[in-house]
Amino acid sequence: MPSMLEINPEKIEDQRLYAEMGLKDEEYRSICSILGRRPNYTEVGLFSVMWSEHCSYKNSKPLLKKFPTEGAHVLQGPGEGAGIIDIGDNQAVVFKIESHNHPSAVEPYQGAATGVGGILRDVFSMGARPIALLNSLRFGSLSQPRVKYLFEEVVRGIAGYGNCVGVPTVGGEVQFDDAYNGNPLVNAMCVGLIDHKDIQKGIAAGIGNTVMYVGAKTGRDGIHGATFASEELSEESEEKRPSVQVGDPFMEKLLIEACLDVIHHEALVGIQDMGAAGLTSSASEMASKAGTGMTMNLDLIPQREQDMTAYEMMLSESQERMLLVVEKGRKEEIANVFRKYNLEAVAVGEVTDTKRFRLVHHDEVVADVPVDSLAEDAPVYHQPSRIPEYYEEFQRMEPYVPKPLDYLSTLLNLLKQPTIASKEWVYDQYDSMVQTNTVVTPGSDAAVLRVRGTEKALAMTTDCNSRYLYVDPEAGGKIAVAEAARNIVCSGGRPLGITDGLNFGSPENPEIFWQMEKSVEGMSEACRELETPVIGGNVSLYNESFGGQAIYPTPIVGMVGLIDDVAHITRSHAKKSGDLVYLIGDTYAEFGGSELQGLLEGRHFGKAPSLDLQTEVNRQKQLLTAIRSGLVASAHDVAEGGLAVALAEKLFENELGCEVILEGDLTSELFSETQSRFLVTVSKENKQSFEHIITDAHQIGTITEDGVYRVKQDTVVVLEEQTSTLKEAWKGAIGCLVKSKG
Amino acid sequence: MHKVKIHITLKEGVLDPQGKAVQNSLQSLEYSNVQDVRVGKYMEVYLEESENLESQIDRMCDQLLANPVIENYTYTIEEAG
Amino acid sequence: MKFAVIVFPGSNCDRDMYHAVKDQLGEEADLVWYKEANLADYDAILLPGGFSYGDYLRSGAIAATSDIIAQISKAAKAGKPVLGVCNGFQILLEMGLLPGAMLPNEKLKFMCHYETLIVENSDTMFTRSYDHQEKIEIPIAHGDGNYFCDEQTLRELRDNNQIVFTYDQNPNGSVGNIAGIMNEKGNVLGMMPHPERAVEALLGHDDGRRLFESILTHWREQHAINA
Repeated sequence: MPSMLEINPEKIEDQRLYAEMGLKDEEYRSICSILGRRPNYTEVGLFSVMWSEHCSYKNSKPLLKKFPTEGAHVLQGPGEGAGIIDIGDNQAVVFKIESHNHPSAVEPYQGAATGVGGILRDVFSMGARPIALLNSLRFGSLSQPRVKYLFEEVVRGIAGYGNCVGVPTVGGEVQFDDAYNGNPLVNAMCVGLIDHKDIQKGIAAGIGNTVMYVGAKTGRDGIHGATFASEELSEESEEKRPSVQVGDPFMEKLLIEACLDVIHHEALVGIQDMGAAGLTSSASEMASKAGTGMTMNLDLIPQREQDMTAYEMMLSESQERMLLVVEKGRKEEIANVFRKYNLEAVAVGEVTDTKRFRLVHHDEVVADVPVDSLAEDAPVYHQPSRIPEYYEEFQRMEPYVPKPLDYLSTLLNLLKQPTIASKEWVYDQYDSMVQTNTVVTPGSDAAVLRVRGTEKALAMTTDCNSRYLYVDPEAGGKIAVAEAARNIVCSGGRPLGITDGLNFGSPENPEIFWQMEKSVEGMSEACRELETPVIGGNVSLYNESFGGQAIYPTPIVGMVGLIDDVAHITRSHAKKSGDLVYLIGDTYAEFGGSELQGLLEGRHFGKAPSLDLQTEVNRQKQLLTAIRSGLVASAHDVAEGGLAVALAEKLFENELGCEVILEGDLTSELFSETQSRFLVTVSKENKQSFEHIITDAHQIGTITEDGVYRVKQDTVVVLEEQTSTLKEAWKGAIGCLVKSKG
Repeated sequence: MHKVKIHITLKEGVLDPQGKAVQNSLQSLEYSNVQDVRVGKYMEVYLEESENLESQIDRMCDQLLANPVIENYTYTIEEAG
Repeated sequence: MKFAVIVFPGSNCDRDMYHAVKDQLGEEADLVWYKEANLADYDAILLPGGFSYGDYLRSGAIAATSDIIAQISKAAKAGKPVLGVCNGFQILLEMGLLPGAMLPNEKLKFMCHYETLIVENSDTMFTRSYDHQEKIEIPIAHGDGNYFCDEQTLRELRDNNQIVFTYDQNPNGSVGNIAGIMNEKGNVLGMMPHPERAVEALLGHDDGRRLFESILTHWREQHAINA
């Protein structure tokens, strides 16, 4: 008999063994009062994972309520595996983002790979075929060997999994900052396509129905992954390595095909993946949502290792497993569907009317708890919040203005910053074309996929400039949503909604909680104004590395937009010489949190760029109208590094040149990061119609044939370089940093 | 029961990009005396007693476990409990 | 004309191949699950890309031992066109229908982007719609695409005009810049680049389209003769 079973409830209480599983004293007492007795070891395990932040959102729930989650076209908001938005013709788009930060910090290849696997299951368990993957990554400085290793392995892990399952990785973002040195962020987003009639729910309805298990066998991997994800990283977490799960993308591919087959079987009642907290969360949530109970016989669970205890089986986070509820007496029909794919689906339990979650192992009842207490009764904490001193100091500062610069060397240095530099080194490793729907591959503002059999296309992006969020979380939160929407609009799409990946430090630190609060408020306001409801997401807290240094607040916005006609698809790069270059919006001296500030000062401070949401909405609407009217040759938002960088990025693809004339303070005109600006090119014959639609467009120059990037003030050339030289610096920077020793 | 330990290696003359990468890394870690690295595969196959065990293992390797165009194999047979 | 697209567990370009012949070429096509082994009715066999059996052991090795392989060999023997792309090419090598083997890319990384190919032999049932030495844009997406064969084999491939496509700029270390080869008889083609991904201008380039058109033209001519 394994030793854990010998630990009796009294001992758990006396020695506070529950604390080792991440439960607080008051949480333990609350469990005792729910059960009317002391919980046994397995039961403590169930509560510890279900009441972890990762599963219960106990610290973030009060904040998440602030998000607008409704809209006329929202078919499924937060609460299921992934959110769903109608795109017409009885089709819908399904999407969600999820973090896998802590596992990736410890074992980057498997951590990233299983992150991709998990988010795929969230989407296909809804009945949708996954059509695209995106990711949002944050690393420390590439000058550190450990960071370099994490970066290379995370990218390889994402590629290894995504490429094998045959879902294209079409976009994302990678940023580098010292704030992530000890704690990288790995957030994966999946987008799926579904017919309305195929939408599934993870419910265990129908008393007497059969609970089935399918997929990989259960091993001891990942035990306590959910609580692991809710703790700060420490030297010890390196030793918790066995917690990290290993992914099998081949098994996942079989599961995708088999599950998309089985959803058409009328005997299927509910389906859910086993993600964080494995069997415990999938089973108890399915019963809780249906208002039923469930009994499972753990002897029937397919096991990969010998002598597994109930505790181990219930908490295992072995990958590539699904839980199904099927009509009574029809398990053989369902098993036959899976058999075609060489998968075994086995009956492991039954839906009951008791509203209790009851587990039997070796003929003994090893757990018997009210099912709602796991899924619904987790405590909710209203953490105290305090304005950090740094923020107050930043607000008191005079606006930061950089010293006079050599424009060309500044531009070259900015283009070589890994956050700005080409990410080709990364995305070349991803199969971005499989499924043959990808119209705009990685490297433009947003990825675009056509919807086969229609005239429609979907634009998708992930965005978050965490430097702005650090200097001002509320402004930064607004900007993150607005920037994502800009990228969608620049591609010719109308933003539909977002999924959010909220990555922060410890919520128990009042200053971090304040960052969370303000970020969410800023994002919520922007979501309301831009009419992009939040249809689901993920919260990852305790992102702090050795020594308690929290990451920058990083609420990643994953946004999807609808392009009504593939003819409207627009790219970011200039198409031909002779086209006119327009800057939409005015520029002010705004350098707080900018790339230039980071480059010159080595840190970020001062006020974030201001954002007027009404201006933002108007400009986006006007630009989209112009694009849909066929007046825009290319469109790109002005982001990190300001106009100078945006202009260079516009020229690289076709190695064109430009002649641009600027007025006023050149440092600001070139490098300020004033928001709500767009850089577009328009062919000469569309000049009048374009200017008629866009009210604050300034024609600043033309695209030229000679392949020279040239900026003038009046008649004086102030910045001039071969586009190819700039491109070389931009394109090779990341590869160079990875290869360099140091 | 037998435990068969099979080593699969790339044939001489076949470029081994993994081996080259490992070699470069070792050299950059200043193991300057590293002359060459070849990366191969190791497998354990558990088999019930049968006649012609060796010829059976040879066939397994030729048919599936190794690709004779690029790989060689060697194996040892041990008693297993 | 009727195409069979063979689906192994882990194939993932099967639908892309299917759409290329069904929607773009407008011919009949079926996705044929590897267990449903009756290929007698099909005029051409397409082995799609992907990661059959997770590419565990070696790319294509496990698929090359499945039951359907005997029927694919039979179709090849009968002179039917057999096209293997990416993982399909790896399977053809492991089956021994084509000579040589695949190694990991020289830089050990998976790569996905367009490559310029040179049509080295335009006198085949797969390439007759291209010009000799024509340069075409076709995407690659592979981790193990570094084609290897010994010098003797390479000489034979060259002497028999079996090298069908080469890379303009070798991306993966392949011997002789080889991107695609065929058997001596000329009815089995294996290639790492994905022609089925380049059949619609909307998605970038449509240079791959003519490969499928070539197969169809060839079949029609054969068919007319036989009829």
